[in-house]
Amino acid sequence: MSGLEDLYKEIILDHYRSPRHRGELDSPPAHKAEGFNPLCGDEVLLTFALEDDVIQELLISGQGCSISQASASMMSAAVQGKSVEEVRKLTRQFKVMMSIHEESIGAEDPPSEDDKPFGLGDLEALKGVVKFPVRIKCATLSWNTLLTGLDELKV
Amino acid sequence: MSLPPDLKSNFPLLSQTINGHQIVYLDSAASSQKPDVVIETMNDYYRTINANVHRGAYQIAAQATEAMEQARAKLATFIGARSANEIVFTKNATESFNLIARSWGGQNLGPNDVVLISDMEHHANIVPWQILAAEKGFELRWIPLTPDGHLDLSQLDRLLNGVKMVSVTAMSNVLGTLNPIREIADKAHSAGALMTVDGSQYVPHLPTDVMELGVDLLCFTGHKMCGPTGIGVLWGRAELLDAMPPFLGGGEMILDVRRDGFTPNELPHKFEAGTPPIAEIIGLGAAVDFLDSLGMNEVRQHEIDLTNYALRVLNDRYGEEITIHGPSSASERGGVLSIQYRDVHPHDLSQVLDQRGICIRAGHHCAKPLMRELGVGATARASLYVYNDQADIDALAESLAPAGELFAR
Ligand SMILES: Cc1ncc(COP(=O)(O)O)c(C=O)c1O
Repeated sequence: MSGLEDLYKEIILDHYRSPRHRGELDSPPAHKAEGFNPLCGDEVLLTFALEDDVIQELLISGQGCSISQASASMMSAAVQGKSVEEVRKLTRQFKVMMSIHEESIGAEDPPSEDDKPFGLGDLEALKGVVKFPVRIKCATLSWNTLLTGLDELKV
Repeated sequence: MSLPPDLKSNFPLLSQTINGHQIVYLDSAASSQKPDVVIETMNDYYRTINANVHRGAYQIAAQATEAMEQARAKLATFIGARSANEIVFTKNATESFNLIARSWGGQNLGPNDVVLISDMEHHANIVPWQILAAEKGFELRWIPLTPDGHLDLSQLDRLLNGVKMVSVTAMSNVLGTLNPIREIADKAHSAGALMTVDGSQYVPHLPTDVMELGVDLLCFTGHKMCGPTGIGVLWGRAELLDAMPPFLGGGEMILDVRRDGFTPNELPHKFEAGTPPIAEIIGLGAAVDFLDSLGMNEVRQHEIDLTNYALRVLNDRYGEEITIHGPSSASERGGVLSIQYRDVHPHDLSQVLDQRGICIRAGHHCAKPLMRELGVGATARASLYVYNDQADIDALAESLAPAGELFAR
């Protein structure tokens, strides 16, 4: 079963089996963002506490396939303690990695050298998803949800 | 009599390999594969008699018209209609429902009316009513389900209060449940309502007789019954269709057009505006011939046998680890198996099966209200048709365990 290892890397399965930062913060005071994948019924609920534009804590609840759950879990680990600006950059990088047509991502907001400093670390494990185009939406669900949540704050 | 054992060889797609495995196609509830004879009939049409139908005085135009009208007659016979004029060609079942809602509903529904559907409907039999209800202000009411996946008809008399149209599926595309259409239709009629049936999953799999079902309107779709995509059917009682206003306007559906208005054509052309999908209609006619040659009783028996086999093999092997939604007896259901295996998400299950060339569907199957009732976001659905055999079920059963090893938590 060749291609499957590309998709289901050990670290992805680990995040799926033992998801990090599960739960819900009281909202308010925490902020809340909800996302759905209308095609497959996956749903994610993010609650996060912001202080001075820094994500102090972010928790995840909801349900979905291994890819959407692992991606959410990895995201939760990656964004704790980061500033909103840093999170936006990371999200941009992640979405570039997840895109088949890189040029279609945020044309008005292209990734620059400036976006590099963090590296994607563990998140690179999700790169294999691109070979399975129907699953890309699973991987980006939590990220898009967080972006929408941050946009709504107008920070 | 049973189906010929080498039926797969009639379906060219099924000889393919996927990821090094012979393809195992278990998604016929979404769309069936096509036999050679359907593909060839459509090719022959384009190669030999392609011309616009009706009106043409030359030979191939007459042949094309004749072939199309023959297909209409075949469909009428196939479902027990009294006349070929009761067969209206649409794009698919979805368009048939939209036609009914717009035409009949637009004329007959208002603020104090009720349309009764059920919790196991496909979106095609939900959303057209919702769109119209937002305009007309009628109530859309739902028949609930029993825990074992049947319609709960215990309150049907009460639910029918004030209802003008009942519209339910003859067979669920998620649970496989076969519904007692005759009983519901009789009660609907006693309550003064009309009865529409979604035959999308029924007509391809069981002998169908609209007179015996006792219904007024029936929608089904060509691509699930060995026919091509892009062709569906609305059957209706002639007197009902006659009383309904046209749906789409344009060529073909008129007898006369003047500056001050138009006179609609006779049935069925009144509902067939524009150049029809001629090749698809003729292809669907070939599909009907193909199914007739197998015999619909044999088709049904084959699916009962195979469904029984699948239920037995999966339950024996996986016991508590597997849930198969819907009725537990094959006599009460069609060959649609929505499976929950351990806590493996349907997406992940279908991905692992795909690596073995096994095609099943993961998702909500266009039945979100039902998914909410079942308390799941998605199911993994394996569905059967004439070309499936025990080896296909064995391949499915073999592949669940490895998926479980990978994903069970
Ligand atoms: C029960 C049922 N009704 C309606 C439809 C709609 O069919 P189509 O998409 O061909 O219009 C389907 C299939 O998708 C179905 O399973």
